[in-house]
Order: sequence, then C-alpha cells, then structure tokens
Amino acid sequence: MTVPLLEVRNLRVEFPTRRGTLVALDDVSFSIAPGEVLGVVGESGAGKSMTGAAIIGLLEPPGRIAGGQILLNGRRIDNLPYSELRKLRGREIGAIFQDPLTTLNPLYTVGAQLIETMVTHLPLNPAQARAKAIEWLELVGIPAASQRIDSYPHEFSGGMRQRVVIALALCAEPKLIVADEPTTALDVSIQAQVISLLKSLARDKGTSMMLVTHDMGVIAETADRVAVMYAGRIVEIGAVRNVVQQASHPYSAGLMGSIPPVGRRLERLQQIDGSMPRLSSIPPGCAYNPRCPKVFDRCRVDRPELMPAKDGNLAACWLYAEQGVPRHA
Amino acid sequence: MRKPDSTPMLETIDVARHFDVSRPLVQRLLAREGRRVLRAVDGISFAIEKGTTLSLVGESGCGKSTVARLVVGLYGPTHGSVVFDGQDLAQARANSEQRRRMQMIFQDPYASLNPRWRVRDIVAEPIRAFGLTQSAAEIDARVGELLTQVGLSPLDGQKFPHEFSGGQRQRISIARALSSNPEFLVCDEPTSALDVSVQAQILNLMKDLQARLGLTYLFISHNLAVVRQVSDRVGVMYLGRLVELAPAETLFNTPRHPYTRALMEAIPDLEMTGRQRIPVGGEVPSPIDPPSGCPFHPRCPLANDRCIAERPEMITARGTAETLVACHAVEEGRDRVGEPLIAA
Repeated sequence: MTVPLLEVRNLRVEFPTRRGTLVALDDVSFSIAPGEVLGVVGESGAGKSMTGAAIIGLLEPPGRIAGGQILLNGRRIDNLPYSELRKLRGREIGAIFQDPLTTLNPLYTVGAQLIETMVTHLPLNPAQARAKAIEWLELVGIPAASQRIDSYPHEFSGGMRQRVVIALALCAEPKLIVADEPTTALDVSIQAQVISLLKSLARDKGTSMMLVTHDMGVIAETADRVAVMYAGRIVEIGAVRNVVQQASHPYSAGLMGSIPPVGRRLERLQQIDGSMPRLSSIPPGCAYNPRCPKVFDRCRVDRPELMPAKDGNLAACWLYAEQGVPRHA
Repeated sequence: MRKPDSTPMLETIDVARHFDVSRPLVQRLLAREGRRVLRAVDGISFAIEKGTTLSLVGESGCGKSTVARLVVGLYGPTHGSVVFDGQDLAQARANSEQRRRMQMIFQDPYASLNPRWRVRDIVAEPIRAFGLTQSAAEIDARVGELLTQVGLSPLDGQKFPHEFSGGQRQRISIARALSSNPEFLVCDEPTSALDVSVQAQILNLMKDLQARLGLTYLFISHNLAVVRQVSDRVGVMYLGRLVELAPAETLFNTPRHPYTRALMEAIPDLEMTGRQRIPVGGEVPSPIDPPSGCPFHPRCPLANDRCIAERPEMITARGTAETLVACHAVEEGRDRVGEPLIAA
C-alpha cells in the first residue's frame, strides 16, 4: 500500500451548546491515496460535510476538533495556526462547494479571482497568471475564455459558474480536492458535464479527491472507494463496486436499496423506517440499532468499531464479529 | 374505488402563462427597449385520467412548477384553459365544494408548515375552512385518523412542526392535504428536499394512499428515477413546452425526443460504476429569449435547418403509437432509435 496523501485518525468534532456538548463526528478514520477519489455518502446530518470542513479547517464555530489527527503527506494539519492554514488552503487542498454563487466573490471578475489565487500560491507574476487563468478557463470548457475572463460571476450561468469554481480550486495545483456536493445545485444534464470534467481533470493532474455527496449515482460513477456515514461515524468503507452492489452494513444496504432505479419500475421501494437520530439523542450501542432489521442484543449495548466484512469492506457491525468472516473474503 | 368515469380529472388545453419581466417604464424608454415577456409555460395540453398519476419532468426553469400552480388556480392562464372534471377551472374554483376536491403538496416541508401552529391545527385548518365538520370532538377524531393514515401518532397533533424531521413534516403536509377529502393532488417536488431513505417512505405512502383512496396525482419532479416509480404517464418539458408525452414504461423503454434521450443518458446510475458517459453539451437557454424553431435545436445532435426555422408540434411518433412527441427528426424518421444519441 502506498503512503496515503491524507490520513484522518480518530477525528472527533464537538459542538458545545447550552444543553451540553454534541458530538458531531466521533472516531472518524480514513485515508486517501495519491490520485484516489474517495466518495463520502450519507444522509443530511450524518457528518459528511463536517468531515470535509474539518479537513480544510473551516469548521463553523463553536464547532471544534476535540480529538484525533489529520495528516496531509504525513504532516499534521489539524493544529496549524491560522496563517499556516491559509497557505495550505488553495495550495495543497482545493475546495469546491455546493453553491457556486456563494463561493465566488461577486465584486471581482473571475479572472481577478483566478489570478489572485495563482499569484498567492505559485511563483508567477500577474501577467503569467493571467495567461494561465485563460488556459484554465479553456480547460474547464468555458467558451471564448480570453473574453470571458473579464466577466463577473453573475454573468455566467450556474453550470458555467461551477466550472469557474473548479478552475479556481485546481489552479494552484493542489494535491487534494475536497468537493462538497459539487453538482447538487445543478440540473441533471449539467451535472453530467461537471462530473465528467472533474473526473478527467483529477485523473490528468493526479489529484486526489474527497467527494462528498448524497447522490449515490454520482459516487458510483466517480469514486474508487466509498465511506458511508451515519450519525457522525463511518459505518462502512470499501471499494465502490462492493459497497454499491453488496453492502455489508445493514444501513448501507438499506440506503442503496432505497434509491429508486431508473432502469426499472418497482412495485414498492425498499424503505428504512424511522429517521436518523439527532446528535443529542444518539442511542447507546450501535447508533443504527433502532432502525436495523438485523438487530440483536449486543447491538443495543456495545458500540461496534470498523471490522473486516464482506469483500474486503470494513463495516462497523456486530454481524461480522459473530460470523467471523475471514479477513481475505 | 370510485365508479369508472371517462371524464379526465384534469385537462389542460393549449394552456400558457407568460410573465412580464420588463424593466420599469422610464428605464425602458431610456434604454429604448421593448417589453420583455417570459413565457414560463407556452401552450401545453395534457389530460389526467381519474385514479392515475401523470408526471411532468424537466430541468429547472422548464415551467413545470408553473404548470402545477396553473392547475390549482394559483396562477390564471394567459391563454388556453384548464378543465377540472369537465368544468372550467375558474368556475370550479369559485365553488368551495369543487375547490375542496383539489389540494397541493409542496416541495419544502420546512417552509410549508406554519411554525407557530400545532400540528393538529395545521391538519384541521382545511376541515374548518370548508366547514366539513362542526364539532370539536369530530375534528379531533378526524385529525387523529389522518395522522394515523400517514404513519404518525394521533398524539403528534399536540406538537409543533419543529419537533419533527423532514420526512415526518412531509407526512404532516400530506395529512393536511388529505383532510378535505380531495380527489386530485398536485405534488410539486414532494420528495426532493428529503433524504433517499425517507424519500422511499414518502413515495410508498403516496402509492398506498392512491390505492386506498383512489386519488389522482399530478406529480412534478426533476428526478427521472422517482418519476418512473410513481407514474402512469409522463410528460417531458423543455423551455415551457411539452416535448414528449407517453405512458411511463414506453417513455423509459423507448424515449423518442432527443432531449428525453439526453436526460436518460445523463442520469448517473448505480449499476454503471466507472461508466464513461457522453453528456449532451450546452445549457437550457433563457425562456425570455428562446431559440427559434425547436427550442432544443442549439443542443440537439439531430438538428437541421428545418429545426432552426420551424417549431415542431406534438405528433404521434412512428413506432411507439402511444407517444406524442414534438420533433421533426422523429417525424422524418432520422432519429436513429436504439442507437446512442451521440456517437462515441
């Protein structure tokens, strides 16, 4: 196994509130290899965006990292001072968010924003950066890039704006991109364009990506590995094909089953009854136990850690401790 | 079940809704520009048979939500007409007995419930407004029954909306919509604000209620996979017009219009891990200044001179006789059915 580009170890994020401390992320560990795309899925409130925000050091106060480590290329980045963190963002970690309109500064032309990013992080003078910015805009598929570089964000359509955001995230050639729901605000036909653009750019530049989304279809097409999150923890992690087609954890299986297929009509969709617990009332034992069809006594008492499950996936589920599935299965 | 009745529950005949989006008069005079009209819906005809579901799909800005508002009378049509169970909608809306028969479910259950009302008052409001029952005890009983019907507990009536999750709130919206015993429900993106596992719960609930109460649905969605699960017929909209209208299975198995085919191509699918797709380029043009001829022609790989000049009307598609499609390429038989739209 190669040295991971990003390693997250036992990450814990807490939100102190008047009614006590809420644990938003609990013991989250994963790694991303160079050039790898890791998908992170889960329902709203599962902690997937929070994980991305913790990595780029953009947790909203009062949220704070209360434990664990985040390492980029073996260097701890979770305890860096603000000035160091600023150098890191853009240069080493690029970020793409859901809404391109709030990511871009409406008062500056897209060219100015690209040039600023490159001049800050790369050994370029403004004229060189401008030439490079035009190249980037062409690369992300903006027609007439040499003219559009002087346009303001509002002069672009939603899909085009998201392309500018992608150029902005990639222009300082970071090694890791954290993309948080990059296509959710876009229409399906535009989504397809943006996803294939992200995919090919990441591949060409050898950039690793953490792709956070609730859209399993996007993950299935783009990611190499997937982490499934539930109530602030990773419940399963493994190769994309294994997780999508034969998930080990009952929650991942339920999640995949509840996605309506476009290829055929079902009489009834598979549903998971109930809803994800609030952070203030996470049940003891496995957080999924009240909704789990395969629940047994141990699940209500002990909290399972990630353990080897089907097809080399890791799943946090006591089913696999009991059955003793061999590690190499 | 109701007796079979061949009058459609709802019919729209060449209905259109335009919005004036001109700048203020003085600015317009200074800039020497005319009025600007946004044709949100531009001549749409369809009918929904009783007890069935018709879905409208399309991307943002195609006018599907405007259609939803037109058919419940929240907007009046610019021209054309909406007919509700054989009666003009404007007349039907004037009569509270007719108005009671149609209800709407909205997309965002966080915005559509009054946060200062208890759930029982939210659900009881239509009962009181239409004067369906007078006594407080009867209203309470009916509210309890409705909450049970949508999978909540009658005791939940005491609570406020903020005490519920998104899926439970959407159940409350459905209970409220059902409280006036409607026959026709307009559902505008009822599950797009919900997580997938909860979406499945709501879609199953809607199907159960349709089977039990014989409801007719107009279902508006941008999600083709969801539409496939719930619909009997599907209409595909692009820039304020229907481009294809067909029975659901026909549409999904043999989509005819190039736009429908492009949409199907664009959906990421679970069974397609690592698949390389060829997306159709371009974006939806502005409905203020739509392209000439067929509105899809700037993005259509099959477009020719006729498509640029002449607007196609809805015609029966050769090969799939139940499909209505607005496409010159299909009419002329140069649409290469069964082959990929864009050669790899």
